Amino acid sequence: MGVIGALASGLIFGVGLILSGMADPAKVQNFLDLAGAWDPSLAFVMGGAIGVAAPGFWLVRRRSAPLADAAFHVPPADAPLDRSLIVGSAVFGVGWGLVGFCPGPALVSLPLAAPGTIAFAAAMVAAIAASAFLKTGALLKR
Amino acid sequence: MTPTDFTPWTSLAGGALIGASAVLLLLVTGRIAGISGIVRRLFPPYGTSAPREAAAFIAGLFAAPFAWTAATGDAVHQTVTQSVSLAVVAGLLVGAGVFAARGCTSGHGVCGLARLSRRSIAATAIFMATAVATVYLVRHVFGGWPWA
Repeated sequence: MGVIGALASGLIFGVGLILSGMADPAKVQNFLDLAGAWDPSLAFVMGGAIGVAAPGFWLVRRRSAPLADAAFHVPPADAPLDRSLIVGSAVFGVGWGLVGFCPGPALVSLPLAAPGTIAFAAAMVAAIAASAFLKTGALLKR
Repeated sequence: MTPTDFTPWTSLAGGALIGASAVLLLLVTGRIAGISGIVRRLFPPYGTSAPREAAAFIAGLFAAPFAWTAATGDAVHQTVTQSVSLAVVAGLLVGAGVFAARGCTSGHGVCGLARLSRRSIAATAIFMATAVATVYLVRHVFGGWPWA
């Protein structure tokens, strides 16, 4: 059931990205271009998403457990900031601004097979895998 | 630079779908719909990371453009950089950044803000600021990438 729920969630998420315009890097970069061709649409994407997620999360968290797992896997909302969060977010924003892709839109665009998308997604996934490896050494230990 | 139309209603509706997807994922699997974390869960160490659920979510993302075209009869409209080298640099920055930050636009920007997480509020303010600054520098100071 967890796998089916995750598959459905991924499909809905991806269709939402496409419908919203968030899967178009030009639209993302125009949203970020406050001094130029500013397209405020993506503020409406965030507004729509948070407007549904905030009450939805609140309702779900009233349950003692999710449907397909023994417990929720959600970090505490009052966890402290650290240097890794701050530096990582800053670096992520630079890459996002350079081409207009963040992780979700890059993956949803991958089947469309534009060379820039394939290159971006491959580099992004490689960087995440390499970071996980450097942090844990897990690939060596297996 | 490609001009784009202001689309408040379809963007709001698409955003609502993203929010509904995140609620569904939390209800069924108990996890945050953060794409960078879901990619991370494809790689070891697995522990309690449920890699099959992560792979299923990503399979759903991959199915979305086909579902979109089947349902609307329309192609997915997007303008992607022509520069593979720029895409690789940006992809490495995004991958390393979201791993260190433990989240991206979805995990921090949508899910984290929706539950008023302190870390997510800070992360979203920071990545929005550096993304805006990057686009400003590229477009208005350097006059655009000659090869982008």
